[in-house]
Amino acid sequence: MRRFEWLRGTTASAVLGAAVLGMFGGGEAAAQGKQLTLCWAAWDPANALVELGKDFTKQSGIEMKYEFVPWTSYADRFLNELNSHGKLCDLLIGDSQWIGGAAENKWYVKLNDFFDKEHISMDDFVPATVVGYSEWPKNSPNYWALPAMADAVGWTYRKDWFSRSDIQSAFKAKYGRDLAPPKTYDELKQIAEFFQGREIDGKKVYGAYIFTERGSEGISMGVTNVLYNYGFNYENPKKPYQMQGFVNSADAAKGLEAYKELYKCCTAPGLTNAYMQEGLDAFKSGQVAMQMNWFAFFPGLYKDPNVGGDKIGFFVNPAGPKGHFTQLGGQGISVVATSDHKEDALAYIKWFAQPAVQQKWWQLGGYSALKAVVNAPDFPKSAAFAPQFLESMGIVKDFWAEPSYAQLLLDMQKRVHDYVVADKGTAQQALDLLVKDWTKVFKEQGKEVASQ
Amino acid sequence: MSTILHPDQAAIAVVGEPAKSRSAKRVRGLSDRTIAWLFVTPTIALLLAINIFPLIWMIRLSFTNLNLSMSYLPLRFVGLDNFSDILSDEDVWIRLQSTAQFVIWSVALQVVIGYGLALLINRQFRGHSFWTTIILLPMMLSPAVVGNFWTLLFQPQIGPFNSLISLFTGMPPSSFSMTGEVALAPWTIVLVDTWMWTPYVMLICLAGLRSIPDYIYEAAEVDRASAWRQFWSITLPMTVPFLMLAVLFRAIENFKMFDMVNLLTSGGPGSTTELVSITLKRAAFEKWRTGYSSALAIILFVTVFGAANIYVKALNKVKQR
Repeated sequence: MRRFEWLRGTTASAVLGAAVLGMFGGGEAAAQGKQLTLCWAAWDPANALVELGKDFTKQSGIEMKYEFVPWTSYADRFLNELNSHGKLCDLLIGDSQWIGGAAENKWYVKLNDFFDKEHISMDDFVPATVVGYSEWPKNSPNYWALPAMADAVGWTYRKDWFSRSDIQSAFKAKYGRDLAPPKTYDELKQIAEFFQGREIDGKKVYGAYIFTERGSEGISMGVTNVLYNYGFNYENPKKPYQMQGFVNSADAAKGLEAYKELYKCCTAPGLTNAYMQEGLDAFKSGQVAMQMNWFAFFPGLYKDPNVGGDKIGFFVNPAGPKGHFTQLGGQGISVVATSDHKEDALAYIKWFAQPAVQQKWWQLGGYSALKAVVNAPDFPKSAAFAPQFLESMGIVKDFWAEPSYAQLLLDMQKRVHDYVVADKGTAQQALDLLVKDWTKVFKEQGKEVASQ
Repeated sequence: MSTILHPDQAAIAVVGEPAKSRSAKRVRGLSDRTIAWLFVTPTIALLLAINIFPLIWMIRLSFTNLNLSMSYLPLRFVGLDNFSDILSDEDVWIRLQSTAQFVIWSVALQVVIGYGLALLINRQFRGHSFWTTIILLPMMLSPAVVGNFWTLLFQPQIGPFNSLISLFTGMPPSSFSMTGEVALAPWTIVLVDTWMWTPYVMLICLAGLRSIPDYIYEAAEVDRASAWRQFWSITLPMTVPFLMLAVLFRAIENFKMFDMVNLLTSGGPGSTTELVSITLKRAAFEKWRTGYSSALAIILFVTVFGAANIYVKALNKVKQR
């Protein structure tokens, strides 16, 4: 029996240890045993949310558990979860395009009554985020989410390269103007061409990084930044779902050609299937002069020891001949209808909506959509990219948010990638085919689609 | 006190004394048939639950308009609409052609190289076991690992594959992208699949080569048959059934190929390497067109099942010769 003495001693110590931890370490949460699972994408702002969530646990005693999924499988994973009425997530920070399907399929809890009861007003949030993340039908006071993470496409550039006198004079000699962050897509292309293949510090660099990913949403989220500014519209503003002449207008085709020209002339080789992470890698490794990416990554880039700080600058998506817009990103936070902890989940949303919490959210690296935070006088000075973010949020446009958005998005992925990367057909043909695809989807959805 | 009879004793009892046999059965409580059913029932139940029931359910869904992203719409019976949509869709036919080309090229290369390697490995030489293990390594890896690993190797700027090609051809490494160019991407997936699965074909061929009795070769040598003659008249004919088996296994597997191609190219550039399995996955789990994707799955199942049946009949004929 002597050989089991150690086991008995160890067990006793473990039990005692657990009891002590329970008394002093578990706190209120352990005592109540309440837990909420929050689902989102695995990226920089998610880490900030974990940090922020510790305050909620302290105050409410509700333990927070997180389920973060990489962007490439984020939609598949969580839409599958919602479709199958799973109970994995109590709270879901779902993509803006999901709102139509989530509302129509009753995957999310409608929040109007809760907002009224808790005096949470949507007027307190940036209008674009309310329309983009919360409302369905769009522009109607039916709320299914609280704007949680404001985001849009923006650009970073190598400020240190732009400010070098030798580079500046070479640029001026070639183009007859100063080298500065571009205001239009024509200027952006010139700058990208100027840097493409140039040697800087003994290293060959490339002009621009743009989204080209095929599998999920990448190339569509990139190309729309050019399309919008060249005159592309999803539908006739006066006749919903009438796409002929709006999606495939001559101007829209010019926009698509412009994106392809930028891809062909000025991107690094091999970036044929690249999205957010590849862009970050290209920029951090000093390969590119300018990078298209989501604002959500900019706090991390600014902190980067190699390319951050004084070396990095930010600019708003450049304008085109027909307008100045940028692609909306970001998400709202919703309560999943199948959750067994709806009350606790609503308590989280109530806590998250508080101005002080929103302020801390911005400080930690999240992007608040609360007007009290972003319209504060000192906001533009609070981060190097804050002015550009603020400007971008005023010019955002979003992709379809219809229940059939996934089909619409994948059709666009195919048609755009076929034209831009695989050199198939012309821009006009690609957009004509897109109209055909989208018409079929909307008809399946039971919508009336006028051809003219 | 009850008596337990050994099955042999029970059998004797059946022949000699029927009345005693019946009482013996009663003593044992359960008949052999019952016991057999008891053992088999859980397996059958599991098979029904995870294979047969979903299959029947899928057949039912293929005649409906079900779209899980719009499950609030009423479920309608649409007859053969999904099937006719698929069969009249030019894109689906292009995907089937791409899949067929991938299957034909990759299986052909695997069979030729795998057979050659099997002939080499079949000989005794120094370091035989070591080289056999090295050759077998790729097939032991997970397709996900292989996909990521080759993606890095094919990276135009830092990938060793491009550097190697550059060494032999003088082309700059970053002047071409194996996974990003329409002309190269289909060959890239054939190359990686061949690298991974040739060892498997080699193993099957090796089993075939080892099954040929030595005395046949000894007789051929007595008849002064040349090595080439021995290969054409003995080795090849006697290993053909094994080769056919390897072709069957690899063709079925490659027809379903998804993971490796998805990781390498995601079906791109454009839709150049979009095999039909990727189309199916996109329709079912990204577009959520459940009715349509069920119909597509049935069409693919019937195609593979039909082709495999014809092939197996041919294989049996070869074996009987």
